[in-house]
Amino acid sequence: MPTQRHWREIPQRYRLEGNFCPDCNRYFLPPRLVCPGCGRKELTPKKLSRKGKIVTFTVIRVPPKTQELKTPYPVAIVETEEGARLTCQVCDCEPSELRIGQEVEIVFREVMREGKTGVIMYGYKARPV
Amino acid sequence: MREVAIIGCGMIRFGELWKKSLRTMFVEAALKAIDDAGVDRIDALYVGCMTSGLFVEQEHLGALLADYLGLAPIPAIRLESACASGGVALRQGFLDIGSGNSEVVLVGGVEKMTDTDRVTDGLASAADQEYEVFHGVTFPGLYAMIARLHMEHYGTKREDLALVAVKNHKHGTMNPHAHFQREITVDQVLASSLVADPLRLLDCSPVSDGAACVVLSSLEWAKAHGKTPVKIIASAMATDTLALHQRKEITTLGSVVESGRKAYAMAGVGPDQIDFAEVHDCFTIAEIVVSEDLGFFKKGEGGKAVREGLTGLDGKIPINPSGGLKAKGHPVGATGVAQAVEAYLQLTGRAEKRQIKDARIGLIQNMGGSGASSVVHILEVV
Ligand SMILES: [Zn+2]
Repeated sequence: MPTQRHWREIPQRYRLEGNFCPDCNRYFLPPRLVCPGCGRKELTPKKLSRKGKIVTFTVIRVPPKTQELKTPYPVAIVETEEGARLTCQVCDCEPSELRIGQEVEIVFREVMREGKTGVIMYGYKARPV
Repeated sequence: MREVAIIGCGMIRFGELWKKSLRTMFVEAALKAIDDAGVDRIDALYVGCMTSGLFVEQEHLGALLADYLGLAPIPAIRLESACASGGVALRQGFLDIGSGNSEVVLVGGVEKMTDTDRVTDGLASAADQEYEVFHGVTFPGLYAMIARLHMEHYGTKREDLALVAVKNHKHGTMNPHAHFQREITVDQVLASSLVADPLRLLDCSPVSDGAACVVLSSLEWAKAHGKTPVKIIASAMATDTLALHQRKEITTLGSVVESGRKAYAMAGVGPDQIDFAEVHDCFTIAEIVVSEDLGFFKKGEGGKAVREGLTGLDGKIPINPSGGLKAKGHPVGATGVAQAVEAYLQLTGRAEKRQIKDARIGLIQNMGGSGASSVVHILEVV
């Protein structure tokens, strides 16, 4: 992955900087220029809460080639307190003990690295609480 | 809009076709379709292909394939909507003729998937790279998350998913163009290796090479030239968010509901009047969800319907008589057009052992990504 592609996403990946449509009460990560619900263009910057719960999840056994991830690893769709959703890995857990509705916190972690000498890319993962 | 019909079809057997290049596969399928239609003119070519740039490092397929068919200088365009590329190519041909711009059009789909070791990465480009793929989720992973929630909400059983694969493999044994022409059992599905829990290897459609083509013309031209037309009575497409997590619902595919609703309205028929359907079973759970979202079954009852045999060849609504993506194979860009090939064969009584009796109206549904694109066509015997 070209370094600048990751660099552009750092505010979202490190700090969950998204935005919010006050008319629709919808949250966006990454931030959007226009609300798909109502067309509003003046959206409010908003950092998402780091508390949430698991909406659904899987355990990946066959990973994408580029990321060289150690399998198996769980991936979930997480809903934050304010109702925003995101997809991320679940860390510090026993995959067989995961369940729908489980409470998690969103933590800062290494997500992938480009080979042995490339850039290490950090972002968010969910951790059961 | 003028009335538009399919007047001929052709495809090659899908599979791991080491000896055939992308252009060879396409030309073989196209020549069969042109021969089947018995036409000596093609006004335009539309080709569906998802990711030839990544898989064989070849873009610009419109001109390449028109040239190799000896059709240059006709206008020729490649269309991409991930795994729905074939379906949108069909729709483009429909619109071109319907508008009165062209009279006879060749629509094809092609994908060469076995020349690369980057199939998973290439397919993943149909998901949100920065907000799904970056986090290590794969396509089986996305559909696995749909499956887990469907099981949780509606009591769909793991065995129900397996039964979709078993049914489609059974249908595949009757299709000489299918990648897999052997039956499998529920036990085999449940014993196959886990890909992304709860989905196993035999829940997934295979990596296939292949090409499929249909010839379209206006209904008027088809009749005036003594062709065997099957009328396209609806063509509709809808989109949704690329990222699964951004959708309002996870177990309902909004693009499928919307493309179905528009197609039924355009055709003036409802799901009860459909005699068979070819739907996008890239994973077993996809067939169950799509069968609900197209209105064949109530939400949550798709799994039960499979269990009760309602989607078999002699069921209430036969689904994927061709073997579907699961058994026929899934060369992604070719899939939507191969569905049209199956519908044309069924509606002209040429589907041999898998022929559905008295089939008059068929529906085909082709999907991109985890459901961000859905294309529905409805076809009727003239
Ligand atoms: Zn809004």
